Amino acid sequence: MAEQALSNENMVAEGFSGIAQDWSDEKQAFQVPWGKAMMWIFLLSDTFIFSCFLTGYMHVRMNTTIAWPNPSEVFALTVFGAHIPLILIAIMTFILISSSGTMAMAVNFGYRKNRKVTAALIAATALFGLSFVGMQAFEWSKLIEEGVRPWGNPMGAAQFGSAFFMITGFHGMHVSIGVIYLSIIAFKVYRGDYDKKDNYEAVEIAGLYWHFVDLVWVFIFAFFYLW
Amino acid sequence: MSENTKLHPISIYLKIWLLLFVLSTLSYMVDYWGFQGYLRWTLILLFMFLKAGFIIAIFMHMTWERLALAYAILAPPLVLLVLISLMAIEADYIFAARKLFFGA
Repeated sequence: MAEQALSNENMVAEGFSGIAQDWSDEKQAFQVPWGKAMMWIFLLSDTFIFSCFLTGYMHVRMNTTIAWPNPSEVFALTVFGAHIPLILIAIMTFILISSSGTMAMAVNFGYRKNRKVTAALIAATALFGLSFVGMQAFEWSKLIEEGVRPWGNPMGAAQFGSAFFMITGFHGMHVSIGVIYLSIIAFKVYRGDYDKKDNYEAVEIAGLYWHFVDLVWVFIFAFFYLW
Repeated sequence: MSENTKLHPISIYLKIWLLLFVLSTLSYMVDYWGFQGYLRWTLILLFMFLKAGFIIAIFMHMTWERLALAYAILAPPLVLLVLISLMAIEADYIFAARKLFFGA
């Protein structure tokens, strides 16, 4: 790296390659593979997007004078004759945590160069994610059937619907994209792409994305469902 | 490639996994047992920050990253506290104004 920079010292590029040169020459700030640094920076920007949604939700919930629908009741299910509050959301939370655990193990087995176990664990993570999306689809259909719309609902403050569909919808989209992303990585692991490169970084980078999806759910669970 | 992210024993992931399950169960129990008021909020936020912290520190390997990366990622979200405070103050004001003018 240093040698390269020295030999290029007198070559001052113009235009776009000039920008690239100025920002890269001997100025590496993060001692990690570039893919990992870029994923972290993407996740940082995503943090701001979700925070804006949650702050907007807090704002409309605090300023409405009409009672907010009680999430404990809205998301209750009657299972085998027993009425359990918030049970579907609790199951979804446990599914997402399970998937985070299998993903963390996948990253570890990746660095141990255990191709088959890594691929299986990533596939398991993707399946957990898929079941999460399925349960969310069930939850959405149930609420739409009960008359919840982005502009109003029979249980209380009209803002409930818009906040709910926006926040859980955006999170569900992240989970869906994650399932596709993980399926591709699982396939590439299984095919032996990372053995050939002798480098399982891609698994850790996919893991960062997946853990972030779980992380966002921790905040949604606390602020939307438990408030 | 940071050497230290490679070979942690599996046991640390299993322990954190179990801990996350316990914390999730506890935060669900806050709702199930119907705690209200400050007790509810203290418990919800406590369990939330513990879960978020363990996910970032262990599962996302932030504990083992160099500080240059950790600060670059963890410090900027702190400005959100300003946004949240401002929006909370403004929401209070709108709530009061609605009470006053619409008498709801």
